[in-house]
Amino acid sequence: MSWRRFIRREAWDDERAREITAHLEHEIDDNLARGMAPDEARTAAQRALGNVTLVREEIYRMNTLQRSETLWQDVRYALRLLRRSPAFTAVALLSLALGIGANTAIFELLDAVRLRSLPVSRPEEFVEVRISNATHGRTGNFSARHSMLTGPIWARLQNHPELFSTLFAWAATRFDVSDSGESRGVDGVWVSGSFFDALSVRPVLGRLVQPSDDTRGCGSPPVVISEGLWQRQFGGDHSVVGRVIHLDGVPFQIAGVSPAAFRGVEIGHAFDVAVPICAEPIVSGADSRLDRLDAWWLGVIGRLAPSVSREQASIALASLSPAIFQTTVSPRYSTTDATNYRTFTLAAFPAATGVSDLRSQYEQPLWFLLGIAGLVLLIACGNLANLLMARATVREREMAIRLAIGASRMRLCRQLMVESLLLAVTGAAAGAWLAGAVSRALVTLLSTPDNALSFDLDLDWRVFAFAVGVGALTCLAFGLLPAIRATRTAPAGALRAGGRGLTDSREGFGARRILVVGQIALSLVLCVSALLFIRTFWNLATVDPGFRLDGLLVADVDYTRAGIPPDRQRDYQAALTSALAALPGVSGSASASIVPLTGNGSNDTLVLDGKPQKPYPNLETVSGDYFQLLAIPVRAGRSFEARDTMATPRVAMVDQAFARTFFPGAPVVGRTFTFESAPNAPSPTYEIIGVVGDTKYMDLHDPVGPIIYFPSTQDPQPGSGVSVLLRSSAGRSATAAAIVAAVRRVSPVARVSVHELGTLARASIVREQVMATLAGFFGLLAGLLAAVGLYGVMSYGVSRRRGEIGLRMALGAGRPRVLRLILGEASVLVGVGLGLGTGLALLTARSAQTLLFNLKPYDPLTLGASVLLMVAIATLASLLPAVRAARLEPTAALKED
Amino acid sequence: MPPLDLLPGTLELLILKAVSLGPRHGYGVLKRIEQISGDRLRIEQGSLYPALYRMEAQGWIASDWGESENRRKARYYRLTPRGRRRLEAEASKWRQLVDMMGDILRAEPEAQP
Repeated sequence: MSWRRFIRREAWDDERAREITAHLEHEIDDNLARGMAPDEARTAAQRALGNVTLVREEIYRMNTLQRSETLWQDVRYALRLLRRSPAFTAVALLSLALGIGANTAIFELLDAVRLRSLPVSRPEEFVEVRISNATHGRTGNFSARHSMLTGPIWARLQNHPELFSTLFAWAATRFDVSDSGESRGVDGVWVSGSFFDALSVRPVLGRLVQPSDDTRGCGSPPVVISEGLWQRQFGGDHSVVGRVIHLDGVPFQIAGVSPAAFRGVEIGHAFDVAVPICAEPIVSGADSRLDRLDAWWLGVIGRLAPSVSREQASIALASLSPAIFQTTVSPRYSTTDATNYRTFTLAAFPAATGVSDLRSQYEQPLWFLLGIAGLVLLIACGNLANLLMARATVREREMAIRLAIGASRMRLCRQLMVESLLLAVTGAAAGAWLAGAVSRALVTLLSTPDNALSFDLDLDWRVFAFAVGVGALTCLAFGLLPAIRATRTAPAGALRAGGRGLTDSREGFGARRILVVGQIALSLVLCVSALLFIRTFWNLATVDPGFRLDGLLVADVDYTRAGIPPDRQRDYQAALTSALAALPGVSGSASASIVPLTGNGSNDTLVLDGKPQKPYPNLETVSGDYFQLLAIPVRAGRSFEARDTMATPRVAMVDQAFARTFFPGAPVVGRTFTFESAPNAPSPTYEIIGVVGDTKYMDLHDPVGPIIYFPSTQDPQPGSGVSVLLRSSAGRSATAAAIVAAVRRVSPVARVSVHELGTLARASIVREQVMATLAGFFGLLAGLLAAVGLYGVMSYGVSRRRGEIGLRMALGAGRPRVLRLILGEASVLVGVGLGLGTGLALLTARSAQTLLFNLKPYDPLTLGASVLLMVAIATLASLLPAVRAARLEPTAALKED
Repeated sequence: MPPLDLLPGTLELLILKAVSLGPRHGYGVLKRIEQISGDRLRIEQGSLYPALYRMEAQGWIASDWGESENRRKARYYRLTPRGRRRLEAEASKWRQLVDMMGDILRAEPEAQP
């Protein structure tokens, strides 16, 4: 039966009618020829053919999609049934919607992070140009999220139309848009002139940055603002074009508004302002990175020229590389670094899905979460299957009768599956709707104040297909087994057995027990992963950074616009630092070149007795009060003092990890070291004057490592900004205004942003926090679902065995014995489930190894606690039916039969 | 001798055979079968057309509108290659069945040893 004929069945019917008429005419002709009267001839012909309508109907039916028409009947029947048991329907729909919603939400994020293509035509032609062989690492200053190339390399990459039909560079940044005082940051992006054109972005208003904007010197550079900022800050005012906004205090004229749908090429990060790269020296002044040979800050993406493959582009880039890298060696590089730099080779990497630092960070956790959510859905399906099978026992008689009067098993199966399908489809639709809200909530959870995430979370075909697929799978998962089971009844047996389950099939109940065992096993897996992630987060949240974190505030002060000459910057920083120490409620302050635990860092190659050493020690320049302020103990020697100045020999302090690594078992104080350096600028020799306790440096995750501290009084390049740490009993909100005022008394044009160090440090463990929250939630859900499943099976078992239990009691079995009987049965199920679950949990934990912190995947404590927890839940779930069984009145129970 | 009713399942085979002798319309198929059988076979006319369409759907026969000998528009059925294979297979099965039935019905009581 084909659709074509189904659709054309009216025409067909018409044709059949004509054919049958022709048949009649032929027969009438024959009859006439045989000498019948015309009337008689017609009647005889019609009599011979029989009921024409009946014949046509039969043919018509052949051409209908009989299935589709009975399907409609099934749907109406299923709807009626579902309406008649609202409690079942509600529970089923709720668990499906939650399960499918959670899965789809996580998949939506995964899709956004991993799979979505750039919103351009033929995104597969986009490639990223970066160094393919930086095995020994790159040296220099890395200042953007996606720091792949330097300005001079980018300059030499342009003008290769034989390779790229378009090529653009960009760098993410933060701009301060406040007109004065406490800084207010927005996400910005430096873009080369071809950025918007290459990505086929059309302006909402005005114009976007064009190639003619990005010329050396720049003139008066334009700024493009995002639709979001346009709405937030300018209320969507159409006269915004031509107005001036200040970025880091520099005035820019707004040229246009970019559409909200365009988020740039870095997945997960949107921008509010886009400024041509050529304006960077105007904003950064003396710190400009544009021409610095060792400042890595740009990402470069291009569209391959027609008929150039990525491999061909890579080969061509490799042949261009020697010329590029030979001519851009930074004079600051040491001999080793310079040699390494000259060997760099550029290559083209696929960039159809944009670039992302989030991908490496979030892809694995998201896949893991998807697995967890999938298991929860599976457990929920188990419960539904259980419920459906319980319903099937009630409907056994109905099925038996229908089978007896000739319904085919397929037909009944189909009807039951339609019921499941209806639930699955409704559940999936509700889930897909929920998913939107859930995934947005997840993004908010993962965002931190300084690192707002922004994803394109619109429903795309992949998400849609995923939701549909999950819905279909769940339908099969919970509907198929009950449907097959329900229709396997032998009609005679079921009818004879009557309403009560004297001969209730052991087999059906066995299937339900297996389901419960599976549910318990999976719940244990989820419980173990939940505990592992919760403990990981706990370990990170309570890990000792080596210093006192509470009450520490960070004031980032930028005094670029004060125009302080380099030789006075040291004193200026000291003045700022001490000005903040004098504030009420502030018990001390110190400056630090690298604020610990914020993800920033600096390191260099240590040279001892003329020999370069591994690993690279981390570097930190601090004012003398730093160790006292942070409560880092001085273990040996002395701390920095005022007598360490530019005029005295260079001194340094180290942490104990440094001492352990480079001078194991030997005294450290008094030893000297240098760094690898460029031949024309030899490194000074430093004398170690003291040893302090170990502290975490970049990130809470990192183990403690060697750190070298330098006194800020001997800082050769203080720069035009300083981070001041201060301890305040009053908290950020109470102190921030006073800090800003104090800074402005020293420098009216300086900009300050104030943060709690604890908050900044916690931003680095937000991933673990979200994992712990979600895994905990899913684990709890799984435990509950399994408990409900176990309770259902146990109480069904008890109600089925009322007669037997009554008999046992009548024959002298005491209540404790009955209690033991039922609990014993439950414990077999739980025991088998937990046994299976332990194996699965260990496998799961191993795959999560890289996501754990200070925790072995085979952590006996976690496993033990999970098993205990599951046993407790299971006991509760089976105690109720067991008590009910023990309270049975034997006489009443026996009378029922 | 009164006309015989058709054994179930044999109508298709008869139609295949009739159509294999040359394209003909529905009524023609009917007449041809009755004619070959020497009018000993009675075919339920109402079952002819459903059978024809079923067979057409199976791809054993194909049809086109044409004009009959007495200048009436009629739908002509002809055998397809698939139909011919089907006819051969069914005919051979039928012959085996007839042989077997004949053997069984001719069986004599076995001599007691």
